[in-house]
Amino acid sequence: MTHFEASPLLCVQGLSKRYGSFTALHEAAFDLWPGEVMAVVGESGSGKTTLLNVIAARMQPDHGSVHYRMRDGALKDVHAMTQAEQRLLARTDWGFVHQHSAEGLRMDVSAGANVGERLMGLGHRNYGQLRATAQEWLQRVEIDPLRIDDTPRIFSGGMRQRLQIARNLVTSPRLIFMDEPTSGLDVSVQARLLDLLRQLTQELRLAMVIVTHDLAVARLLAHRMVVMQRGRIVEMGLTDQVLDDPQHSYTQLLVSSVLQP
Amino acid sequence: MTAPVLSMQGVSKRFTLHHQNGVELPVLDNVDLQVHPGECVVLDGSSGMGKSTLLKLAYANYRTTSGRIQVLGNSGTLLEVTQASARELLQMRRETVGYVSQFLRVIPRVAALDVVAAALTDGEISSPAVVADARAQAAELLVRLRIPERLWTLPPATFSGGEQQRINIARSLIKPRALLLMDEPTASLDVANTRTVVQLIREAVARGSAVVGIFHDPDVGSDVATRRIDISCFRSNL
Repeated sequence: MTHFEASPLLCVQGLSKRYGSFTALHEAAFDLWPGEVMAVVGESGSGKTTLLNVIAARMQPDHGSVHYRMRDGALKDVHAMTQAEQRLLARTDWGFVHQHSAEGLRMDVSAGANVGERLMGLGHRNYGQLRATAQEWLQRVEIDPLRIDDTPRIFSGGMRQRLQIARNLVTSPRLIFMDEPTSGLDVSVQARLLDLLRQLTQELRLAMVIVTHDLAVARLLAHRMVVMQRGRIVEMGLTDQVLDDPQHSYTQLLVSSVLQP
Repeated sequence: MTAPVLSMQGVSKRFTLHHQNGVELPVLDNVDLQVHPGECVVLDGSSGMGKSTLLKLAYANYRTTSGRIQVLGNSGTLLEVTQASARELLQMRRETVGYVSQFLRVIPRVAALDVVAAALTDGEISSPAVVADARAQAAELLVRLRIPERLWTLPPATFSGGEQQRINIARSLIKPRALLLMDEPTASLDVANTRTVVQLIREAVARGSAVVGIFHDPDVGSDVATRRIDISCFRSNL
């Protein structure tokens, strides 16, 4: 974030979503700036994943809007786009890393094909080039390029998550959504993934919305933090502010319940 | 006189503990403080009186309950710290205000030399020349702070407390900043390294930085101070 950007990348306003009589999301609002990493924390059922899915246009809100600044500078309402436009955005300028890698990967095709898929979707057909790019990205996410022809089915959990990241970053997106990317991984594997993410977001100036219930993950990666409870954003601020001087009673409970955030 | 780098007017800080029956802890009340370039203000007072809290308010790590805090940015504009957006505060921390705590928050897998150089490269991919220059400056500081060269390529996670503290000092002082907030930077250092840190602080002040510091060692305090303030004058009577 060296360059002081003139306008936000993403503007979220008054976002609400109900499932029947259950309010999953109530009036969520924030701006996200280029290169900014924002963590969304809160316990399960607090609306974190709903927020992520609605922002990423994977789900329609009942009220409110999400505007995204396209590469040409135009601000577009993502829910007013056609499905084709949404798909293109999701496959090029955005990325989505799922908690369960099986949702974000093709488990029965090779690692190389997983990485190359988005490029092929954009019309890249040169096999040699696709393979070289895939090799380069595998290396960047610390997967041995010799594993390029293996399927992720025989990868470890940590490798699968790193492969998901490579698969998303290959088109140089400007915004990545992450849903609990480290949960279910061993602590040592988690640390490696987090550190890799930290480096990649900094080097590539990636903006990121990361949903996590782990405050240490937020501390390490995020510039800003949003705390959710029962579908509402109850507190928002610099990550260290929210963790070190929590104002809302729910945030105080969250922070005090952790051994070493 | 030049404009103050840090100005606190009527600043108070109260903690409300919602899960302790909503008990309120008044820590600071009516803080009025102006710190100018080239000044080193040492905060005195026994522990628990709010010295660290004052620094954390100025760094926007804690949120001000009431009052006004202004920081003079590098471009000459005043930042209203209590009103500023997250990105304005991050920019303030990157460019204007440094904070040296007692503890290094260790970043896994990053070599000590690069931890120190990071403030100059900002973590982004910089040109090789910029990186080389940042590393050279980092190396110079590490030599001065007596970190053995064999440790430079290792992540500081396994370093001793004193070594980690020196890494922390180096990474905070490598980039000249208009305002330095120092919370016991010499707490676990030996005599020789303490002298070095005193020297580094004096050099920063001589270059025109403003410093607000807490030093447990009274000799260090009197070696660096251009002014001393007893924090108890900012205690509320509640």
